[in-house]
Amino acid sequence: MGTQGYLLTVITFLPLLSVAALLMLRSDDQVWIRRIALAASLAEFVVSLLLLRGFDSANPDYQFVEKHAWIGDSIQYHLGVDGISLFLILLTTFLTPLAILCSWESIRDNVKGFFVSLLVIETAMIGVFVSLDLFLFFVFWELTLIPMYFMIGMWGHERRIYAAVKFILYTMFGSILMLVAILWLYGKAGTFDLPDILSLMQSGQLSFPPRTELLLFGAFFIAFAIKVPLFPLHTWLPDAHTEAPTAGSVILAGVMLKLGTYGILRFCLPLFPEAAHRMAQPIAVLAIIGIVYGALVATVQTDLKRLVAYTSVSHLGFVVLGIFAFNTVAIQGAVFQMLSHGVSTGALFLGVGMLYDRRHTHEIKQFGGLATPMPVLMSFFLFIALSSLALPPLNGFIGEFLILIGTFQSHHAWASWAASGAVLSAIYLLWAYQRVALGEVTVEKNKTLPDASMRERIILVTMALAILFMGVASPLFTRRMEVSVNNILEQTSTPRNASRPVGLPRAPYVVALPAHPALAVLAERQVRP
Amino acid sequence: MIPFVGGQIDNLHRLAPEITLCLFGIIVMIADPFVGAARKRALGWVALVGALVALAAVHVANHFPGPAYSDLIRVDSFSVFMHVVILAAVVLSILGSFDYLDQENIQRGEYYALVLFAAVGMGILAGANELVTAFVGLEISSIASYVLVGFRRRSPASNEASLKYFLLGSFATAFFLYGVAMVYGVTGTTRIDAVQTAFETLLAASPHMPGLAVLGLGLIFVGLGFKVVIAPFQVYAPDVYEGAPTPVTGLLASGPKAATFALMIRIFYVSFGSAQGLWFWAICVCAVLTMCIGNFAALVQTNVKRMLAYSSIAHAGYILVAFAASTALGVAAVLFYLAAYVFMKVGAFLIVTHLGQQDEKRLSIQDYSGLASKQPVVAACFSLFLLSLLGLPATGGFLGKFFAFQAALGVGRRALALLVVIAAINSVIGAYYYLRVIITMYFQAPHRDYTPTPVAPAVVIALFIAAAGTLYLGILPSRVWDLAQVAAESLFPH
Repeated sequence: MGTQGYLLTVITFLPLLSVAALLMLRSDDQVWIRRIALAASLAEFVVSLLLLRGFDSANPDYQFVEKHAWIGDSIQYHLGVDGISLFLILLTTFLTPLAILCSWESIRDNVKGFFVSLLVIETAMIGVFVSLDLFLFFVFWELTLIPMYFMIGMWGHERRIYAAVKFILYTMFGSILMLVAILWLYGKAGTFDLPDILSLMQSGQLSFPPRTELLLFGAFFIAFAIKVPLFPLHTWLPDAHTEAPTAGSVILAGVMLKLGTYGILRFCLPLFPEAAHRMAQPIAVLAIIGIVYGALVATVQTDLKRLVAYTSVSHLGFVVLGIFAFNTVAIQGAVFQMLSHGVSTGALFLGVGMLYDRRHTHEIKQFGGLATPMPVLMSFFLFIALSSLALPPLNGFIGEFLILIGTFQSHHAWASWAASGAVLSAIYLLWAYQRVALGEVTVEKNKTLPDASMRERIILVTMALAILFMGVASPLFTRRMEVSVNNILEQTSTPRNASRPVGLPRAPYVVALPAHPALAVLAERQVRP
Repeated sequence: MIPFVGGQIDNLHRLAPEITLCLFGIIVMIADPFVGAARKRALGWVALVGALVALAAVHVANHFPGPAYSDLIRVDSFSVFMHVVILAAVVLSILGSFDYLDQENIQRGEYYALVLFAAVGMGILAGANELVTAFVGLEISSIASYVLVGFRRRSPASNEASLKYFLLGSFATAFFLYGVAMVYGVTGTTRIDAVQTAFETLLAASPHMPGLAVLGLGLIFVGLGFKVVIAPFQVYAPDVYEGAPTPVTGLLASGPKAATFALMIRIFYVSFGSAQGLWFWAICVCAVLTMCIGNFAALVQTNVKRMLAYSSIAHAGYILVAFAASTALGVAAVLFYLAAYVFMKVGAFLIVTHLGQQDEKRLSIQDYSGLASKQPVVAACFSLFLLSLLGLPATGGFLGKFFAFQAALGVGRRALALLVVIAAINSVIGAYYYLRVIITMYFQAPHRDYTPTPVAPAVVIALFIAAAGTLYLGILPSRVWDLAQVAAESLFPH
């Protein structure tokens, strides 16, 4: 233990501590509020890097574990990380300083409140990633909502109130059902501690009848699927992303969506393996619909930010697909895709935010030919777009490629359908880039727009380096997560489902069919052994 | 067994909180004519000291657990817990009343005396082990609150509320008394634990409960249901809560509710403990009705007081979910919920009192627009209470709901599981109207003609206590939860 004994607590609550410092400043002292927030988030990033140093990638157990009694005997303050949460924490601490930097000038009202919200979100999100107690997890999970709600509602664009309410009610509806499921689980297991519950299940002392398991799985999964968001639960996302201020979109797309996919990996699969296998087929179908649908809808957007928002629906579809392919490569790819989507889409939102700062609009029509007045900004924009559309050897490629390979090993059809999403992403991103950056400058005002400032260049260069690094040095990531991924797969495979082909509950599957007539073909292929 | 004098002294110890409250109430009444109009506020401080001394007296009573006065009153962990909860509500309400009464120009001694007498009634309710004693407690607290509701006597709304409350309230207490009479008719006793033994003997003889007893239970349920404001007996509450002076509304929504729930637990769990099958479905149905009516009606309110009134109905519904569990854990959950509820609800009403300004004219939700930019701390406190009422983690309200759901699910009955799901969905519906107030305060432009009044020191103290209590119960609930469990166990001797 030693000095590392409290590392996770420090990482989790350091942003909250800096909130306390911020609250002591006068609210009109904007310069220092910004500086302290930035310094705190940078310090947080540095501290979180210590995790990498102490992390043993051969150890399948949770590391940096902290366990203290909290409420009664059953609720504990239990923290720990594995190879999956480790990188998600780093993603969070990496994106937060950038989110602060990008709001440096664009946020002018109630600066203190804004940075306080941002740092509280950081604590809550890290808390979600490190919690190993279901109760603690739920507390952090819900805590992410309120500051994000304020962020969208107070500093967002025109329809911010609508978007904020939609965001919070949608998510709360999902999570309250998850709370009921958590309590139910507690009623059976007698503990909220995730490792304890898992070991009870491994030893056979705890098992659920299939119906119950399906219900519990559903309650957890819907909460996570709303967050991801999985088609057809995605309708809150375009509004929330579009109306949020740039930093809010970066955090939402960059990290908050991953809370959902992380939850699926951490809780849904190991706790309810049978149900996960039974529902894999319909979920994969929804994920594929999401991939294609998100891409198609993104193509026809006239609002640049909304376009980027819809790309998340498509890209997160890949993640869900990879998770439910149930093999090491695909899940590694899914985790990698979470990280790379966080970086690429975060970067896209940052770029869109920079355009917004100049023109106060997201309408693609209002742009055009921007490469002439702003060569630097637009070159970076292209680079980021290329990473998002999965150009090798950038980060997006690695994630999607691993997911597709892994999925192909178990389900050919899934992979071939999903691959069409990768093609579509090239269409919508390049077309959007073409309309925004290439050709003649059509709008008079755009001719005199200033190119990227020093602050913006720092943000863009950091992002570009991260993109390149993740693409080139991907083994550094995948190697560290392999043992943990295998561990989850091991917990997910039970003797019963190993001997049985992946089952097919027909009802939800059939319901999904009319959404995409071509899926009927897919159904045909899958039903036959 | 016990020497006569020694027994008397023990009795006095056990009744110390009520005696203290009565003494201070009488002191306030006697001193009232001798205190000039400008100094009436001092009487409030006397009452506050009285409530605090009573809180200390609860500590004394805690050292003398057992029955008092031929087992009419009982001091056990349960009644001690409830006394603390009730007195917390009373202390916060008194603190919130000083400046309100000045502002409304109704600063009078009898107000504080009535608050103390109401507290006496609630204390008796919490400790009563005999149905007629409980009735006396119910009447003491009710009659004091009828007067308090009409205390703004120049306001028609306050008068209407008082009259309505009085008429319907007397009707409800009559129901209760009638029910008690029937139970006495069947069992020949009115002592709560003796009724239990009588029923057990009766049930051993024949599998069916005598009809008269069922009727008695039903009537008692109606009487008490009225006081804790559960559907379908909730109709009066919004009008009364809206018309009453706001600090009184805060007290009404918390103190009597908590005390009556305590009595309800004693009667249902102890007296009718063996007839759980009889009242289980009634509680379940009422819980669903109460939650749905409370939440859906609150959605469309534009007046904050009315919205909070409906919200308090909804919360009674959540409490009923824990109540329906019919286990010691369920009782503990009810107790914890009530403790958390007192802080957040009285806290919310303190803010409404402050923001109402003179003549309570700023009560529409729209009046709060942009509050955050004018009074950031007040807005933050109000948000905290609202988020706690909503049930956001790290607040007392969340753990209240959490323990309630946990208790209900722990029983393993399908009906209770369904009840929990309904409650969970309801709490998301509820989220909308709490968040709407936050939207108004934070996301909308401030009124130009609004000049905030500074928050008075007494209110600052009260708000601080309420906010600290809400957060304490949300982050470090262990201690109170343990106490609640001990208190619940004390009801189940075996």
